[in-house]
Amino acid sequence: MVSVTLRVRRQVAGEGRWQVYKVEAASEKATVLDLLLKVKEEQDPTLALRYSCRMAICGSCGMVINGRPMLACQTKLSDLGSTDISVEPMWNYPVVKDLVTDMGEFFDKHRRVKPYMLRREEEIFEGGDEFRQRPEDVERYLDFAYCIFCGLCYSACPRVAENPEFLGPQALGQAARWIFDSRDRGAQERMRIVDGEDGLWSCHYIGSCSEVCPRGVEPAFAIQLLKMRAMRP
Amino acid sequence: MDLYKYDVVIVGSGIAGLRAALQAAWTGRGRLSIAILTKVHAMRSHSVSAEGGMSAVLYPDKTGDSLDLHAYDTVKGSDFLADQDAVELLVRLAPEEVRLLDRLGVPWTREPDGRIAQRPFGGMTIPRTTFAADKTGFFIMSTLYNNVLRFDKVHIYHEHFVTKVVIENGEFRGVVALDLKTGELRAFRAKAGILAAGGSGRMYRLTTMAHSSTGEIYGFALREGLPLKDMEFVQFHPTALVPSGILISEAARGEGGYLVNREGERFMQRYAPQRMELAPRDIISRAIVTEIMEGRGLTDPESGMGHVLLDLRHLGERKLNERIPFIRELAIKYVGVDPLKEPIPVRPAVHYIMGGIHTDTYGRVLDVGGNWVRGLWAAGEVASVSVHGANRLGSNSLSECAVWGRLTGEEAAKYSMGLAEPTIDESFRESVKAEEKRIYDGLLHSEGGTVSVYEVRRRMQDIMEDHVGIFRHGSQLGEAAAMLKRLREEARSMRLDDRGKAYNQNLRDLLEVDGMLDAVMAVVAGAYARTESRGAHYRTDYSKRDDANWLKHTLAYMRGGSLELAYVPVRITKWQPEERKY
Repeated sequence: MVSVTLRVRRQVAGEGRWQVYKVEAASEKATVLDLLLKVKEEQDPTLALRYSCRMAICGSCGMVINGRPMLACQTKLSDLGSTDISVEPMWNYPVVKDLVTDMGEFFDKHRRVKPYMLRREEEIFEGGDEFRQRPEDVERYLDFAYCIFCGLCYSACPRVAENPEFLGPQALGQAARWIFDSRDRGAQERMRIVDGEDGLWSCHYIGSCSEVCPRGVEPAFAIQLLKMRAMRP
Repeated sequence: MDLYKYDVVIVGSGIAGLRAALQAAWTGRGRLSIAILTKVHAMRSHSVSAEGGMSAVLYPDKTGDSLDLHAYDTVKGSDFLADQDAVELLVRLAPEEVRLLDRLGVPWTREPDGRIAQRPFGGMTIPRTTFAADKTGFFIMSTLYNNVLRFDKVHIYHEHFVTKVVIENGEFRGVVALDLKTGELRAFRAKAGILAAGGSGRMYRLTTMAHSSTGEIYGFALREGLPLKDMEFVQFHPTALVPSGILISEAARGEGGYLVNREGERFMQRYAPQRMELAPRDIISRAIVTEIMEGRGLTDPESGMGHVLLDLRHLGERKLNERIPFIRELAIKYVGVDPLKEPIPVRPAVHYIMGGIHTDTYGRVLDVGGNWVRGLWAAGEVASVSVHGANRLGSNSLSECAVWGRLTGEEAAKYSMGLAEPTIDESFRESVKAEEKRIYDGLLHSEGGTVSVYEVRRRMQDIMEDHVGIFRHGSQLGEAAAMLKRLREEARSMRLDDRGKAYNQNLRDLLEVDGMLDAVMAVVAGAYARTESRGAHYRTDYSKRDDANWLKHTLAYMRGGSLELAYVPVRITKWQPEERKY
């Protein structure tokens, strides 16, 4: 057993405070999510946090752990190298309660880049056959398609903090995901949306988005590729 | 309470729910108003965790595959309990769905010539499992979610927990949902409804399924008088990671992985000599538990769990990284084992519920007399059509979700186009008011609850795990029924510690457990009554399949507060029951 001190940022109706919980972990392999759920079930059922798959694929449990935006379900005690853990809600989002943030605007920005197949709709819905792609065509966008909408990149981005109108790394990364897909025909339309002050050019290539992405999407790289495309005569 | 009106309301945002929304929107050419209600954020439903792939006969000329072969494999896999007309529909439409998903943007893994690649899977005689590395469910989910965003009249209500399905005079009227963010209840009156709320692995202690896969909707359906079909058939996936239960996809064995016991023996040669590690899941799960019980397993030092080993070392680094990278990542991340160098500790865990809300072949929800509850459909894991019978084959569920999402979405759209604007009449208002009273006065503001929600949930999970598992016995099942009945009574005074409105997860958890306690009774009652062994339901006191008495579906339904059972025949078209050997 490992004794852990969890300092959790609580917030209800706009009032914030830190609350300290002592919790026993079965081993160093316990995740921060395991510990928070233990607190919720055994000590304090009023604690609120999002979680679901517990295998780093649903994107629910983004939070700031020891000063870094991470998924609670894939952060083990052994990764942190400490039994003194602080947990806060993700930065750059309004807080609903405790560790639960309001992701409405984040989802809206994602929608603004038209993150779906742009092609004649009859062809998509009634087409019958597949649009073929060679393995190398898939490689061009596959890394960007791994986005799980967890919002960590947006939380880590200093430019989002400075300019709330900035579309942000997630939405821009998803614009790239579709623009580089050989089946899609909407590159120009999407470039018009992202090629602006609050789009690509708000990014200063700080790279914190890529650093915190739990799925290796590298939004910073995607944005640089789109900038190059925008500069092309 | 806020009242909303929609043409179609969909409960659930997994592959079935999103596919239904997309089809309904397309069928109405964007003119129908469609609401998706989901208790999570819509892109986070448990379908994201599906790894291995989606079955479909794509290139019969090149592979020698056929629709009949896919159907036969599925029927045999189901231990002949599947309805064969439904299976034929599944295999006919699955290829269309794979190709539609391609046109919507799924990054299918490809052959060098651009065709979609396929891999072998358990119980499938020909490689027909289509995949996107080993994150197939995730890619289908994100593609469907993204494409739903193209329709302005599809409104997504994230984190809206449905507490009641309103049915009056045999007709669907709408739903009531709790907006978790604000704590407000909202009533949705709709012409048509599609239930696509997924499965209920969390009835058990060890499951591959997400925390959100609780299955309260089964309980809510029972309360409305709807029958649940074949709930005793619970699938245990053979290879869950020890001790967390995280899924290690069947793709690992599809790509050539071995299962070995502590002596290093590939023990499946004693249970399924022809198909070995690619036998169906019920057979492999029983084999693993037998190995452990007979002392040939290993023990996880931390949890004390018995397990066997999944050996992937011989596959080589390239195959691991290209075909099953997520499995490698999960093993390294959660148990510190690199499958390239060491075998992975695995054991069976609850993975899928073959049973569900009773529907006909096209997903129309039926009452116990076989009449359609007008305006209501169910699709995906929450429904039992039934295509899986007593045991589902791996990769048939993604096809099922897509096919019945499409069918129900299209049907619901056409149905609602033929109807006038729905009215909010007195009886609907009464139903809504009663629900408001139950949630606010009965739960949120009531004093005096004593027992912890989490304590009740733990006890329910223990009873299910220890008494209603892979091997079952009449006396254990009887005991489980009695214990769950007592727990049900005790749980009438569950304690709510959180009295706030904003994001009250304690209230959500209570509502989940409350619904689950009714749902588990259907599992136990069906299992107790079924005195035979078929597919995933194995009785040590009745170890043979008994077609003379039990080639039929169980229906469990509530009448006057108690659970009753009825039976309906299996629909057989081409394939007569035969001995099931692999």
